[in-house]
Parts: sequence; C-alpha cells; structure tokens
Amino acid sequence: MTLRACSIALLAVLVAAGPALAPAPVVAQGKDVFIPLLVYRTGPFAPSGIPIANGFVDYFTLLNERDGGVNGVKITWEECETQYDTKQGVECYERLKGRGAALVNPYSTGITYQLIPKAPVDKVPVFSMGYGMSASSDGRWFPWVFNFPTNYWSQASAVIRYIGTQEGGLEKLKGKKIVHVFHNSPYGKEANPTLEELSRKYQFELTLLPVDTPGQEQKSTWLQVRKLNPDWIFMSGWGVMNQVAVKEAAAIGFKMDHFIGNWWSSSDADVVPAGDGAKGYKGATFHAPGTNFKVHSEIVKHVYDKGKGAGKKEEMGSPLYNRGVVNAMFSAEAIRTAMKGAKGQAPTPEQMRWGFENLNLTEKRLEEIGMKGFTHPIKVTCEDHEGSGPVLIEQWDGKKWNIVSDWIQPMKDVVRPKIETAAVDEAKKLGYSQRDCGKEK
Amino acid sequence: MTEILYGVFVGPFRDMAGSPAFLVEVLLGGVATGLMYSLVALGFVLIFKASGVFNFAQGVMVLFAALTLVGLMERGVPVAVALVMTMAVMVGLAFLIERVVLRPLVNQEAIILFMATIGLNFFLEGFGEMVWGANVKKLDVGIPDRSFIVAGVQINQLEMSAAATAAVLVAILAVFFQRTRIGRALRAVADDHEAALSIGIPLKTIWLIVWSVAGLVAIVAGIMWGAKSGVQFSLSLVALKALPVLILGGFTSVPGAIVGGLIVGVGEKLGEVYWGPLVGGAIENWFAYVIALVFLLFRPQGLFGERIIERV
Repeated sequence: MTLRACSIALLAVLVAAGPALAPAPVVAQGKDVFIPLLVYRTGPFAPSGIPIANGFVDYFTLLNERDGGVNGVKITWEECETQYDTKQGVECYERLKGRGAALVNPYSTGITYQLIPKAPVDKVPVFSMGYGMSASSDGRWFPWVFNFPTNYWSQASAVIRYIGTQEGGLEKLKGKKIVHVFHNSPYGKEANPTLEELSRKYQFELTLLPVDTPGQEQKSTWLQVRKLNPDWIFMSGWGVMNQVAVKEAAAIGFKMDHFIGNWWSSSDADVVPAGDGAKGYKGATFHAPGTNFKVHSEIVKHVYDKGKGAGKKEEMGSPLYNRGVVNAMFSAEAIRTAMKGAKGQAPTPEQMRWGFENLNLTEKRLEEIGMKGFTHPIKVTCEDHEGSGPVLIEQWDGKKWNIVSDWIQPMKDVVRPKIETAAVDEAKKLGYSQRDCGKEK
Repeated sequence: MTEILYGVFVGPFRDMAGSPAFLVEVLLGGVATGLMYSLVALGFVLIFKASGVFNFAQGVMVLFAALTLVGLMERGVPVAVALVMTMAVMVGLAFLIERVVLRPLVNQEAIILFMATIGLNFFLEGFGEMVWGANVKKLDVGIPDRSFIVAGVQINQLEMSAAATAAVLVAILAVFFQRTRIGRALRAVADDHEAALSIGIPLKTIWLIVWSVAGLVAIVAGIMWGAKSGVQFSLSLVALKALPVLILGGFTSVPGAIVGGLIVGVGEKLGEVYWGPLVGGAIENWFAYVIALVFLLFRPQGLFGERIIERV
C-alpha cells in the first residue's frame, strides 16, 4: 500500500470513528433535565447575546452547585450558536430537541415564530419571555407557548401609562406628539397596533417611523423627528440600531428623559457609544438592573468563587445579564412546578407544559430564591400565558441604570381583547382549535 | 388613483417648497452621509483599480482597523500612538495578505481572487472578535458630535468632519494616482498583470502598497463610522452601503466613489423623507440600489468607470 493510500485509509477510519472519538457532549442522563440553549455569542448581535447567555448559564450552574439541581435533579444544557439568525436557530432546535429538551428559549422573535407550529408536534414548550408572538399569550389557543411575564402589547400600554403619569394624567396626552421609532421587522412592528389604538383612545398624535435593518444609518429618521419635534419618543430597536438612535437623539439635542426604549433597547451596549449624551435615556424592563440582590451574591459565592462563571464577575448585573438570570429562574421554577407530578424525576413533556401553565411565583417564593424586589410575582393560567405582568422604567445616569418608577400595570382592558382577537386569527392559520380551560381546572 | 399621483408627483415637491430650510437640512444630511459611504467605497476602488480584485473583506477591514484602534486606546495607549500602531497593523496585514493569499494566486481568474477575499473576510471577523472581544466600544478620538443651527438649518459637527476628511483623502489619493510613479505603476498593474510584470513593475510590491493604502483608508472609515455608532461587529455591514456607490461611480474611479456617494446619500435621504411615508417608510436601503440600477441601465461601467470592450 502506498503512502497516499495509507493516508486515505487512515482518514476514512478517522471519519468513520469521528463521533466516537469526539468529546462527549452534555446529554440528559435519564434523571437530568436537558435544556437546549440557543445563544448568539458571535456576530453582529453578540454584544446583546453574550450577557443573556452568561446569565442563563450562571443561574443553572448556581442551582446545580448549590442545590444539586432542581429538587435534586441536575440541569444539563448545550449551547448552540444561532448568531440571531432564524435559519441557524431552527437548525439548532432540530439538532437538540431529540435529546429530551424540556423546553426551549428561542431568544429571537423570528425563531419563535418558526418554533410555535413545532411545539405541539414535538411536545417541547416554547418559552419566549417578553418577546415573540403577542397573540400566543392566549393559552386557550396556544397551549405550548408561554411569553410571561408580559408581552410587547402590554409593554406599549405600560409605557403610554407612564408617559401619561409624567404629563399629569392620561387625559393630558390629548394633542401630545409621540413617535414610535421601530426596527422594520415583525418584532419592531409588534407594538404598533396597540399604540394606534391608544392614540385613538387618548387622542395623542402618533407617528410611526421604521428603521431598516441593521440601522447603521438613520439620518432620515432623525431628520423627520427633528421636524416633528415630538414630546416623547418610544423605541423598539435592536442591535446597532439602538446605539445609533441614542447617538442621533443626543446629537439633535432631544430631551433624553423623554426618550424611552423597550426592553430590547435599553442595555449597557445601547448607551455606551453615546457617552454623556445618553444620560437621562430611559428604558422599559420587567426586572431590576444591578447586583444588589441575594441571588447575585449566591452566584458569586457558588459559581464565580469556584471559577465556574460563564463571563467576567464585574459584568454581572447589566440589564441583559439579569434578563438571562430571570429567564433561567422562570424556567427552573416551571420545572419545579412540573415536578409536583413527577416525583423527583425529570418531568415528561406534558408535565413540563403543565408546570409552565400552573406556575405561581409568589412574593414569598421570590424571597426564598433571593429575588425579592428583583422581579415581580407572576401567575400563569390556562387562559393567560402572559401573566399580564407590570413594567418598570429604568434610566441611564451615565454610569449605570436606575429604576425611576413604581411597577406600572399594563392596560389589560385594551390589551387582552386584542390578544384574544389576534389569537383566533393566528391559530386559524395554524389549524389550531380552542380548548376549554374550564374543563381542565 | 388621483391621490397616488398627487402623493408621488405633487405632494413631496410642495413639502420641499413649503419648508426650504428643512430641505437644505435633508440635502446636507444626504451629502454628509454620502461622503461617509464614499470613505468605505474608496477602499474597494483602490484594490479593484490596482489588482482587479473585488475585495469582499473591505467592510471587515474597516471593522478590524477600528477595533484595533479602540482596543489599543482601551489599554491606555494615547490616541496618536494608537493611530500609528493601527497603521502599522494594517500595513502588516497587507503584507500578510500579499504573502499568504495573493502571491500564490497570481494570474488566477478574478473569481478565484474574489473567493479568497471571502475567506479573508471570515478569518478577519473571527480573529478580530477573538483578539478584541465582541462588546460595543466607544470610540472617542476627539471629534465633536454636537449639532448647531445656522439660519434655521441644523449642522452636525461629526458629519462636517467626515465630509472634510473625505475631501482631503480624495485629494491625496488623486495626486497619488495621477502624479506619482507608484500611482502610474498601480494603474499599469490594474490594466494587465502580465504586461506590467514584463516591463519590470514589481507586482508584489504594488499589491503590498495598494492593500496598505486600502488598510489606511479603512482606518479613516472605521474612525468616522465608529464615532457614529460605536465600534462593533455591525460596522462591517457598512460595506453593503458602499455597493450602490460603486455601481454608480464605477469600480475604478476615485472621484467616482465620491460622486457616487453623494448621489446615493442625497437620493436616499430625499426618497426616505419625501416619498417614504407613501409606502410606510424604511425605503432608503433599497432605494439606493434602485438609483444605482437606473444608472446601470444607461452606463454599465458607472459614471466614471472605464468602458471595457472585449472583441472576440
């Protein structure tokens, strides 16, 4: 046999034996609960994706290190890089779902829309925390999809309530000019119908200004803002669009404390490039920023001090890191709830779905897990997968985010009927039928 | 129907006439943005002009240059020193590209060289992320970014600085190409590699020079765009905005990159502000390509590009 033939034979053997020689992946081992983590640690959206992924991993590591998992059942996970790309995200899901995925956090509205039809077929609950399809909040039509603690429509209504408070009452909104600068994508457009309805109800002048992705260049948008001279700006942006928008607003001298980003437009990365110009910029959120909570000291003690942290200790506490922690906590508490019928075993898919649907995170429970004041109690029901959770407003002071409002209730009287109507429309497209929650209680 | 015709052919012009100060502001915004596009387009032109290679990695070179500069500044290196060090890095990069990528591919088809730059693009992106991290970084080299009002028109200091920088850069490059021996050699190589070699023009040196100059132009573009949006990986996407500029101005013309940039910048701003609302807005990205395509129909070589006639 020639040297060339030997080389080819060796290569063939290595290729054939590849899977066996590869390092063993983290696999659900019977009693373990396996969670696929769809992350984007690389690419243009990595500045947002990295802190979220680190928050997730640190909280799951905390549970495993401190408590031996959830009720003694270890949590295992595998990260799959999506680069925030829908196609890659779906590929990740398809690759990992067969490993006994207990749930999936898509971390992209585009990926969420693709996974919603798959959820009842694969029996993997989709948990799109505060993003995705707002219509899926109606659990009667979407039993396998959860988007608590609140959705884009509730957020928009809470922001308008906040603006009303700042103006001296909702009735004072009459004649005010409010601009919605939004990412020209299904995600960015989500809040528009709610804002339009509220503008009719409270008679404020609403202008919708889309920004095409990626949003590196927004001069036209901000020329129009300057011409309109609005009283308030609300923004649903993402990635570089946020940083450029904050800089442009500062450059035209817009009052930054009248500029409010949604919860994907108010992270550290969004304000850093504008420097002092970003001071006063506000953002919506459903959890606190910072590290002044017991859960953070627990993460330091059980994770970082043991050298098992996913990122740098000093980067803990940013809004998106904390979002990852909250998301992981909700997931873990749903698993815990699901285990009530699972007797210390990893829950079955049906039990997992039940766990999400019967999650009742009380003030007492939040205190037990070191998150009192960090986020709001939430109760999920068969009808309401959103939980209609309240919203906070945070403000950038040039160095850090500070909470500057009380919990603001969304306008459920406006939002819920819209959700129910939209749920029927969306469910019809998918051929779903409505279930009777009364019979399931 | 009448409403649509009015919206397209009358309404926008009435708006322009009704608020001339705002129209001036839109035009100025377009000029400034167009020059920013030109800064990126110049890098493409330089390399294409001298080597016939469409450098897919030009956007990432802008990013890499800005990342290197801001990365050094974050480590406490003074701005001026960081700038010199970044220039050295970009020249070093040009040396490596010539040695590792281009030299083995001399006289290969243009498509092969193009594919090589695609590989270079992904390598630089990954390498940059590995060395400098993925966080958004603030780039502050002392360029003011506030606006002031002159006769009711708002003018942004950063945009004016970018415009001045682009003008100076073009003047330098024009002199370099037209008046220097190296410039003439660059043009000879662009016309025919083998013929240039046969009369003793050192191809390797020329490629090294042109990639170095493109790297230095990338630093300038990186500083301007980085100051505008922060230094982050999306910066490489500005290359997409340079493509309609190249289609318009031609791939081989330095003044074409500037004029093309101005037409695209002004055209997309006018389109977005006055005609965009008719279709719900957000048209400027594709509107720039529409402008470029219309030009392409009449002048396939671009406004200033060289007409290539191949006889069989």
